[in-house]
Amino acid sequence: MNERPSFLLDGAEVPFEPGQTVMQAALAAGRYIPHLCYHPEFTPHGSCKLCTARVNGRLMAACTTPAESATEVDSETEELNDLRRTLVQMLFAEGNHFCPSCEKSGNCVLQALGYDLGVMTAGFRHFFPDRPVDASHPEILLDFNRCILCELCVRAAREVDGKHVFSLAGRGLGKHLIVNAESGRLADTEVKINDKAVEVCPVGVILRKRIGFATPIGARRYDESPISAQALADAPRPLERSHD
Amino acid sequence: MITLPLETAAHPEQLRRVVIEPLSRVEGHGKVTLLLDEDGHVQQARLHIVEFRAFEKFIQGRPYWEVPVMVQRLCGICPVSHHLAACKALDQVVGATTLTPTAEKIRRLMHYGQILQSHALHFFHLSSPDLLFGFGSDLARRNIVGVAAAYPDVARQGVLLRRYGQEVIRHTAGKRIHGTGSVPGGVNKSLTAAERDELQKDIYQMIAWSRDAVRLVRQLFEQDLETCRSFGTFAARTLSLVRADGAMDLYHGGLRAKHADGGTIFDHVDYGHYWEQISEEVKAWSYMKFPYLRALGHEDGWYRVGPLTRVTRCDFIPTPLADRERREFMAFDDGRAAQSTLGFHWARMIEMLHAAEAIKDLLHDGDLLGTDLMAGGKRQARGVGVIEAPRGTLIHHYRVDESDQVVRANLIVSTTHNNHAMNIAIREVARKYLDGRTLTEGLLNHIEVAVRAFDPCLSCATHAVGRMPLSVQLLEADGSVADALVRG
Repeated sequence: MNERPSFLLDGAEVPFEPGQTVMQAALAAGRYIPHLCYHPEFTPHGSCKLCTARVNGRLMAACTTPAESATEVDSETEELNDLRRTLVQMLFAEGNHFCPSCEKSGNCVLQALGYDLGVMTAGFRHFFPDRPVDASHPEILLDFNRCILCELCVRAAREVDGKHVFSLAGRGLGKHLIVNAESGRLADTEVKINDKAVEVCPVGVILRKRIGFATPIGARRYDESPISAQALADAPRPLERSHD
Repeated sequence: MITLPLETAAHPEQLRRVVIEPLSRVEGHGKVTLLLDEDGHVQQARLHIVEFRAFEKFIQGRPYWEVPVMVQRLCGICPVSHHLAACKALDQVVGATTLTPTAEKIRRLMHYGQILQSHALHFFHLSSPDLLFGFGSDLARRNIVGVAAAYPDVARQGVLLRRYGQEVIRHTAGKRIHGTGSVPGGVNKSLTAAERDELQKDIYQMIAWSRDAVRLVRQLFEQDLETCRSFGTFAARTLSLVRADGAMDLYHGGLRAKHADGGTIFDHVDYGHYWEQISEEVKAWSYMKFPYLRALGHEDGWYRVGPLTRVTRCDFIPTPLADRERREFMAFDDGRAAQSTLGFHWARMIEMLHAAEAIKDLLHDGDLLGTDLMAGGKRQARGVGVIEAPRGTLIHHYRVDESDQVVRANLIVSTTHNNHAMNIAIREVARKYLDGRTLTEGLLNHIEVAVRAFDPCLSCATHAVGRMPLSVQLLEADGSVADALVRG
C-alpha cells in the first residue's frame, strides 16, 4: 500500500491526490469548508472568498490553493467564520435578497450559507439596488437584483454549454452581470432552457419561468439538511475507491 | 337618510384636538383625532391610518407567480387571505377557471384554518379584556395576561383554538405564518393521511370550545344589554360574498349589497367586474382609501363588511351548529344585537364555529389526500380574486403582461371597506362617552373598543398586546397643552 500525501486540516490529516486543491481534497475526505462560488464541475474561481483558510499562516482561498504535503490548514476557527459571516452579510447588503418572497428560498446557496454560518443580523445598510428584471425570454427570467457575481453562469455557459451568454461588466461597485446581446435582452442570446448555465445559479437570478413555489416547504433542498452536510454528500470521493 | 357623513369642523383652529396614538390591541398602526368645541362637544372625529404600504406599486414588474407569496406580507395575522385572494386572481391569469377538487378543498381548509385562528386571536387576545373586565377597567389587568389570571379556562381555550387554526395552516401552506401552499392554478401539496389524522384528533374539541365562545358572548350581552345594544351602533349598508343559493361562503361567491333595512342594492354580482359596483375615494388625512358603492355616490355609498355583515346578510350558514347560533343571534333582543357594533364579536364567534365545523367536514373528505393539484388553461391578461377574509371582503386585482410581469395591481382590503363605518362608530362613542368630561385612559379606551369591534387590520405590522404606548394631549385653541396623558 502506497503512502498517500496529506496535509493537516484543523489538526486532522487529509490525504490528497496530486493536482487536487485544498477544497477538493477536504470535501473528498469528508471535511467541509464553507464555499459559495466553488462548484465541483467547474474551474475554481476564487472570487467569493468564503472558503478562505489559513494555509501555513497565510489567508488563502481553499478552492484555488493546491494541496501540498506538510502544510497546516486552519478553516473551522471562530476568526475565519466571523469573516465568512461578514462576507455573507455584505453579499446580502449589496443585492435585494428578500427571502420571504423569493422563490429560491429553501434552495438558495446564499441563504443556506447564512443559516449554516449563523448569520443572525443584516450587519450593513442595504444598498437596495433597483435593476430592471429581464423577463424578455419566454422561458427564463433574470432578476439582476439578486446577483452575487459568482460567475457560475459565466463558467457553465462557457465550459459546459459551449456558449458565451453571460459576462460581468464594469469594475468595483459598478460590476454587474450582462448578457451577450446587442439589445441587452436575454431573449436575444443563445441561451436555452436546459442549459447548464440556467441550472447552476446558486441564488435567484436565473429562474425557469412559471415554476415559482411549486415545491412545498419541507421538500426544498435545504429543508432536510444544511448546506454543509449536502456539500459533503455531493462531493466526489475518489479516495474512497483507493482505500484498499 | 341614514348616511352620517364625517363632520369636518368649519374652523378647526378654534377647537381642542385630542389624539389617541397609536391605537392598541389592533393589527397595525393608526390613530384617532377628535376636535372638541368649548363646551366639549365632538365636532370632528377621524380614524387615521398613518402607515404607507405601497404594495400595489412595488409588485409592479415582479413575475406573477411571486405575487401570492409576496403580498401576504401585508399582514401577520391574516396572510392566508391575501395569499388566497392573489391566487384566485392569478388562477384566471393562468387560465385555471376551475381548480381540481383537491386544490379547491386544500385551499378552503387553509382558509377556514385562517378564519379560526384569526377570530380566536381577536376575541380572546385582543378584545376579551375589554368585554370581561369592562371598557374602563383597571388598565393593569386589561390584557390577555389579566384574562389568563381571572379566567384561565377562557384564555387557555383561546390560545389552543388559535394554535389549532395555525396547525391547519401549517399542514396546508407549509408554515403557520407566510406559507407557500397555494400557487396560481392550484396548490403545491395535499394532505398526507398522517396530517389529516392529526388534525382530526382535536377538531371536535375545537367545535365544542367554539360553541362555548358563542355562549360567552351571548352571556356578555345578557349582562349589559343596554351597552351592548347601543355602544357605537349605527345603521349601515353592507357588502359581502354569498354562495349562489344565498349561503355564507367565505371562500367564493357573488357580491351582495344590502341597504340598512335589508333591501337589496345588488345580489350575486360577478366580482370579476367589481369596479362597476365599487369605487374608491382618497382623503388627504389618511393613507386608507374610502370605498363606496357607485350607484349611491361617494357621500352616501359607504358600507360595512366583516363578520357582522356576513352572518346577518347571508340566507343561512351551511353548517348546522353555526346556523342555529345565527338564528338565535338574529332573534336576540328583537333583532337589535344583530344591528349593534358589539354584535361584531358575537358574529365573529359564530363564524369561528362555522370554520371549525367546515374543517371537520373537509377532514372527512377523501379529496384532501388527492394528487391532482394543478389546473391550467388559456392565458388571460387580467385576474380578479375576491375572498371573505376574517375582517371582511378582500379584493385583489392584477394585470399581467405577455412577459409574465405584473403591470398593474389594485387591492381593496377588508378594513378599507370599513373605513367610513369605523369613523362613524368612533364619533358615536366619542359623543356619548367623552362629551365634556375630563380625559381618562378608561374613557379613551372606549374609542379603541369601538375600533376593535371591527377587528381592523391597519397594516401587516405585528400587533402588540395591551401595552402599546398611548400618548394623548388636549390642546387649547392657541396650541398650548391643556391636559395630557401618557401610557406605556
